[in-house]
Amino acid sequence: MTAQATAPALPTERFARGAALLRARELGIAIAVLLVFAATTISNHAFANAHSIQQLLTGASLIALLGVGETMVVVTRNVDLSVGSVVGLSAYVVGDVFKHHSGFPVLLGYVLGIAIGAAVGAVNGAITTVTRVPSLVVTLAMLYVVRGVDGVVVDGRTIDPGAIPKSYTEVGYRTFLGVPWLALIVAVVVAAAGYAMRSFRASRDLYAIGSNPEAAALAGIPAGRRVFSAFVISGALAGLAGSLFLALHAQVDVTGGNGYELTVVSAVVVGGVAIFGGSGTVLGAALGALLLNTINQALVAAKISSFWNEAVAGGLLLAAIAFDRWLGLRVARSLQSVQGAHRDA
Amino acid sequence: MTPDLTTKPAARTVLRGGEGGGQPLRRALLRWESALVLVLVAVIVFGSVHSSTFLDGTNFFYIGLNMGEIAIMALPLTLIVMTGEMDLSVASMLGLSGAVMGSLFHDGWSVWAAMAAALVVGAAGGALNGLLVAKMGLPSIAVTIGTLTLFRGLAEVVLAPRTVTGFPISLTKIGVVPVQGTQIAWSALIFLVLAVVFGVVLHATPLGRSITAIGLQPEAARFSGIRVDRITFGLYVVSGVFCAFAGILFTLKNSSVSYDAGTGLELNVVAIVLLGGVSVFGGRGTVAGVVLAVAIVGCLQQALTQMGVKPEVQNIVTGGLLLISVVVPNGGAAVRRMRDRLRRAG
Amino acid sequence: MTIRTTARRRATALLSLVVACITLAACGSSNSAGADPTGKPTATGVKKGLTVYFIPKDTQNPYEVLADAGGKKALRELGGKVVVSSGTADTAAAQIPSIQAAIQAHADAIVIAGNDPSALCPSLNQASAAGIKIVSFDSDISCGTSPNHLFINQADTKVIGTSEVDLLAKEIHSTGQIAILSAAASATNQNAWIGYMKQELAKYPNMKLVSTVYGNDDPATSLTVLQGLLSAYPNLKGIISPTTVGISTAAQYLSSHKDVAAKVTLTGLGLPSQMKSYVHDGTVKSFELWNPSNLGYLAGYAAASLASGSASLQAGSTFKAGTLGSYKVLGPAAGIGPSVVLGPPTVFDAANVDRFDF
Repeated sequence: MTAQATAPALPTERFARGAALLRARELGIAIAVLLVFAATTISNHAFANAHSIQQLLTGASLIALLGVGETMVVVTRNVDLSVGSVVGLSAYVVGDVFKHHSGFPVLLGYVLGIAIGAAVGAVNGAITTVTRVPSLVVTLAMLYVVRGVDGVVVDGRTIDPGAIPKSYTEVGYRTFLGVPWLALIVAVVVAAAGYAMRSFRASRDLYAIGSNPEAAALAGIPAGRRVFSAFVISGALAGLAGSLFLALHAQVDVTGGNGYELTVVSAVVVGGVAIFGGSGTVLGAALGALLLNTINQALVAAKISSFWNEAVAGGLLLAAIAFDRWLGLRVARSLQSVQGAHRDA
Repeated sequence: MTPDLTTKPAARTVLRGGEGGGQPLRRALLRWESALVLVLVAVIVFGSVHSSTFLDGTNFFYIGLNMGEIAIMALPLTLIVMTGEMDLSVASMLGLSGAVMGSLFHDGWSVWAAMAAALVVGAAGGALNGLLVAKMGLPSIAVTIGTLTLFRGLAEVVLAPRTVTGFPISLTKIGVVPVQGTQIAWSALIFLVLAVVFGVVLHATPLGRSITAIGLQPEAARFSGIRVDRITFGLYVVSGVFCAFAGILFTLKNSSVSYDAGTGLELNVVAIVLLGGVSVFGGRGTVAGVVLAVAIVGCLQQALTQMGVKPEVQNIVTGGLLLISVVVPNGGAAVRRMRDRLRRAG
Repeated sequence: MTIRTTARRRATALLSLVVACITLAACGSSNSAGADPTGKPTATGVKKGLTVYFIPKDTQNPYEVLADAGGKKALRELGGKVVVSSGTADTAAAQIPSIQAAIQAHADAIVIAGNDPSALCPSLNQASAAGIKIVSFDSDISCGTSPNHLFINQADTKVIGTSEVDLLAKEIHSTGQIAILSAAASATNQNAWIGYMKQELAKYPNMKLVSTVYGNDDPATSLTVLQGLLSAYPNLKGIISPTTVGISTAAQYLSSHKDVAAKVTLTGLGLPSQMKSYVHDGTVKSFELWNPSNLGYLAGYAAASLASGSASLQAGSTFKAGTLGSYKVLGPAAGIGPSVVLGPPTVFDAANVDRFDF
């Protein structure tokens, strides 16, 4: 959405309207979360309490964190399917280090997780940008490769709760003023990324690359470098999510993070990020994750058979995509009328 | 796949699209499919060196048995990817059709009626995908991730936590014995017949040329009078029906079904189509390549399992093969780009 | 993507071939040499040189890994060998190639933990027709009599179900709402145990089972459904989790939320190594399990005895299982075919949990 040579007149007005609708979009998801919450509370009064809310936030935080990185990749018209495998690998490796080096500094555990993720992200980014192979294929292959490496490393072992320092796992359950630490960490990441995506030139470039690659190239945007960075950040956040997975569950085996990739893409799409790039916010993605998790817990709380979880999640995802399309058409129509009005004046 | 070699260059008649598009079929075959043939030969040599039973007829039967349903689902997906779209819901549709068939059979329906109902569900599910993608213009990756979850969820609602068994032995024997007098598994035979049909459709009919044209340049295809929406919609319905059919075969082969049948197979199916040289951007690919990819993956998995290679390592090999298959053809171009850039900088 | 000359195309093709060959060669290092069972019977009546295929649910599940290690130990003692083969996902489709590999390697017996009660039957039938003895453990298969097989039961199915209810009843004084946190909805074992739990609950009129939720043996899903459960039933008194992933996930949550732990009592089936710290910090008072390694060990001996003809599927047939002593085959009953029961489950608490190394 950055103004380019090819952009029509009134870029600022267009941007303002687009931004207003995007905000409406995030508001819409937030309202959906509240509606699900309210409906569940009506069917089960016990649902509305501090514990439930803490649980909703904690349960959504890892997917929300992954959603931030995924958003950065998806707005460039790419996708990262390797995140679930990265979560598993980084969680296990960090746990294994704690298991064998009892004095290992807790903070370094996070650094290690992030480093592993960033390394995988760099491989994804390098292959995608250098060979120009579609990222869907590259990261699908990396999903297999990283999961395989994880399997070789794990080799049927598990990390038991006793092996991990208390000061590490407490990140998974401590609260500050009633808000879980995990949710705070994710909130900080979302706020920082959200600010960066709005304010920095380099992050605005991501949108430009995704909405019109040719125009972005003409405008002199170093697309390769930007896309590479997006993959590295997505990988690093997936690595951090792996470290937090270990803190939250205090145990991990080879199944850690299995299947997260599709949940994350779902959350991102529900959160209003266009799968073909160019628009969407990290806040939307995080709210999308919160909505999915709220529905999952609400079904149990509302005493609906958990067999319905997946069907409801799938239906919701389709509804979200269809809604986006409808919204997009409305934006297009309102833009046309703005342009028309301008021409008339 | 000899028909492919003799057909006219398919893409030449349509408006030329982006890079790599519009190449005569014969040359395309020379490039990618010949590489696949060499890899297949390498895998077979490798397998027979490491396992004395690799060249047995039984082994051939097993490979067919293990790959049949995946291979059948890969055929309609090939056409969909040729148009530049994607279908990730294939394995969930396999599960849903099995669940519907199992549930109805359990309720006392005849097995034939249950199978027919499963096919109807497949068509309906495919129509849902087609409606959302072709008529509403929604991105197919997002839509089919949604229906991947939805179909699997419906399978769970329909069947969980039951496992249905007791299908007639006259049908379930397809999972135990090959086609009489041969070592070909029934599902493999069906796949080969279907592959010829899909190959002819894609490479020798106006419809096939339209599909290629849509993948190369949808706008241009639209202007040249091709009914893009109708074809895309139709392909998703075809995909739904064939995935449901694969679900029926899967159920009969295992002589049982539970809601999670075939979970995760979508990635294998996509991997095979891409390994077969079908461009994820559409417009480029052959059925012959996909058939070769099925054979390569089937032989490789069988050889590695027989050798006792850990499944984790097999994952790495599968992923590595997929990476190589896309990186190598693009590697030359990438090197040239880098050289150009260096020259310009220097 | 624009490769213009045929030469380049050929080069590309050649390059992919070379790379593929390197990939293949890299994994060609492990080699299997099928040993012929030509040995003579040993003192226990078991032939030497037997090859037994262990096909666990997947190759990575910690519980299954322990069981496989037990099987390897058994066959080492008997002068045979174990080949462990399975997939990475808990699906029947991933186990079928392993059964085929066993047939092709002319294995003497297959010991399998079924990912699906019936989907494996056609393949196992082929194996049985090829003269391979079939033993199931951990999770039984139900193929009727074709193929006829021996089930190594970890403990009497009924006892597992009833004893967990009894354990919980003792701790919550037989009153209050309880819930079950299980594995996958299609898990054969768990469903059978839950059936007996419901029967046993009839004995405790003041204990009410309010919900059964499924965590799919995945920590994240288990946590989500556990949290939903706690929201839905604020007066919940007890949780039974008859699966190792479920109980350890629930224990971690309770140990980090002491106010919840004060109200909710947790028990079920868990690995002592994973549950140790929760028992010591008071989150969990007691839970139970059998030794998975012994289960595999027993299965190994049973498979070898069947393959040697020194034991049969007849009720009352006996065989020696090394350090575990002698075992008798039980006749078909209550939906399971011929079976052998490892023994009663061990109850773990603060007094004994440190003494176990699994």
